[in-house]
This record gives sequence, structure tokens and C-alpha cells, in this order.
Amino acid sequence: MKHFSDEQHFGFVRILIHWVIACIVVGLFASGLWMTELDYYSSWYRVGPDLHKSFGVTLTILIVCSILLKRLTIQPRALSTHSRVVVLLSRLAQFYFYSVILLMFLTGYLITTSSGQDLLVFGLFGIPSILQRDNLEDLAGDIHEWSAWSVICVAVIHTLAALKHHFIDRDITLLRMITNKFERRSP
Amino acid sequence: MKVIKILLCSLVVSLFGTSVNADDYVIDVNGAHAFVQFKAQHLGYSYLYGRFNTFDGKFTYDSEDDTKNSVWMTVDMSSVDSNHSERDKHLRGKKFFNVDKFPEAKFVSRAYKTVSAGKAKLTGDLTLMGVTKKVVFDVKIIGGGRDPWGGYRQGFEARTLINTKDFGMSLPKKRNDIELVVSVEGCKSPNKGCNSN
Repeated sequence: MKHFSDEQHFGFVRILIHWVIACIVVGLFASGLWMTELDYYSSWYRVGPDLHKSFGVTLTILIVCSILLKRLTIQPRALSTHSRVVVLLSRLAQFYFYSVILLMFLTGYLITTSSGQDLLVFGLFGIPSILQRDNLEDLAGDIHEWSAWSVICVAVIHTLAALKHHFIDRDITLLRMITNKFERRSP
Repeated sequence: MKVIKILLCSLVVSLFGTSVNADDYVIDVNGAHAFVQFKAQHLGYSYLYGRFNTFDGKFTYDSEDDTKNSVWMTVDMSSVDSNHSERDKHLRGKKFFNVDKFPEAKFVSRAYKTVSAGKAKLTGDLTLMGVTKKVVFDVKIIGGGRDPWGGYRQGFEARTLINTKDFGMSLPKKRNDIELVVSVEGCKSPNKGCNSN
């Protein structure tokens, strides 16, 4: 597999980042729902949120990498069989993922840091608190939660669309996000 | 509403409060010479202190006549501050204060009784999370007198232990008792001294 994308194929790096992001997004959503219901005496009460935050920061770094790759390297063109509406919608979805996930990083960071605490990443380093304001964590928390649900909704649509392209349109939309060694499928 | 209440109360007091020595005071929240704090045990190993940043109140104080003394306070429950944003968020949530449903706590005194010089018992109704219970505060009269800016101030510290279960809140620990420490300074009203500082 080639490391970087060309006009037809996604590169290995982009494919890897895509699937790692997918796993982390689902994991963060599930852990977010789970950890906020934990009992104070649960052995996960501290570890759960710590991991959630650390993977949140990891996701943010991957999203930034993804945006940089998209900006700085050659991108595969949209499939010629896709209508302009499909291309526009998929770009919108991608833009939504990038912007709302970055917003979620910001709001998640504020939940933790708006009284001055650092956000610790895997116990390795801390992101310092910058903005401190009374009750900011409440607003940030509401935005974080609603954003999470919306990202998961868009992700479900994104998944269904990929499956539709694969099984109904029988095109290479999904395949080229899995491998860049493939034969062109006959429609 | 709060302003109207205060205005009404002060009107009533100005009409009927004819005693020479009983003075009305507004708690100095603007100058932040007043604190509503709580102290809870953590795991039974240490004490955790927190406070409420937004509250309001007034009192009438007569050092000679216990029957004249009264206090009225309200506390904005969402202003809880334990110096940890995640914990504060938990405390405001449904498991604890449930501030969306019960935004305000209230204390209205019923009786004041001098125990010894500088010490008194203050009995009143505390409304917390929609539940009203009688509580008795141990009051320490700290001091009172002219301030350097033309006003007159009087200060107290009041402490009591409450059981959060009485108010429908279970803490994640075996013991549910919390100490409330209310430390306030009031400015004699009407008075310009409190406003300027």
C-alpha cells in the first residue's frame, strides 16, 4: 500500500487515521454515557474519565492530522458516478465531523479546566487551564453532550451511506477507504 | 422578585420597627464580606470545603433584645464552588442539588436566644432541595461598629450540622452530615457605606 493518497486512491496513512478516528469516536461516545453514571466507589470512577479525556485529546490530534493531510497532500477525486448532491452532502458531513469534534475538544477541556485544574493526558502531561469562569463547566457540558449525540447521528448516516454505496450502488466508495489495491468494480 | 421582597420587608420594618436599638442590616455581598460555606468529609479521611458564591440576605439585630433578632437569606444553589469544575458540575446535577428543579435554598429564622456573652442559638427553617426543616445554628457574635467609610457594620459566624438525607440527598458515603458555616457581615441600612464598598 502506498503511504499517501493519489488522485484515485487513499493512502495508507489516511486510511489508518480514518479507522482509528472511527473507533475512538464510538469509544468516546459509549464511555461518555457510561462514565457519567458510575458510582463514586466504582474502581472506574477515576480511570474512566481519565481515559475518556486522554483519548479525547488523541482524537483531536488525529483530527488535526487529518485536516492537514487533506490540505497539504493530493486528494482522491470524488467518484464520477456520484452526483453533485452526493458529493456536496459528503463534504458537508466531513466538515461537520471536523468542526464539531474540535468543538467537543474545546468544551470537554472547559468542563475539566474551568476551575483551574489541568487536563491530564494519560498521566504524561497536562494541558493547563486558560479560561476560568463560574458555571462555565455547565454550559460547556451541555454543548459537549448535545454535540456528542449529533456527531453519532451524522456518523450513523455516514455509515449507512457507505454501505449503500457498497451494496446498492456497488461502487468503490467503501473499498477505497479499506485498501488501495483493488480492481475497479463493475456496476 | 428578590428586590421587591427586600423593598417590601424594609417597608414593613420601617413602618413597624419602632425599637430604638433593633437595627436592620443588609448582608454585604457586594463587598464580599460574607461567606456561605460547607464542610464535608471525604472518604472519612479528610475535610472538603466548598462555598456558594451567590446569595443574598438581611438581618435585624438588637444586642439587648433577643426577640427583635431575625435573619433571612437565600442562596443560589448553582453558584456552588468547591474549586473543582467537574465536582461542581456533579453537585449541581440530579444526583445532588438538582439545581434545575431547586435553584434556591432559603433560611428564615424563627427564634434567637442568647446563650452567653457573644454566643447565641438561632433557630429557623432551612429550605434545601424543596424540603424545609428546622435547624439550629450556633452563632458567634464577632463584632460590630463604625467602618472607615461612614457606615456601620455588624458581623456573625453561624454553624450547624445538617443531615443531607433529611433533605432527600444521599451522599456517596456512609455519613451524610455536612457542616454549614455562614460567616456574614451586615451593613446597617439604609446606609450608603455598604454600597460604596
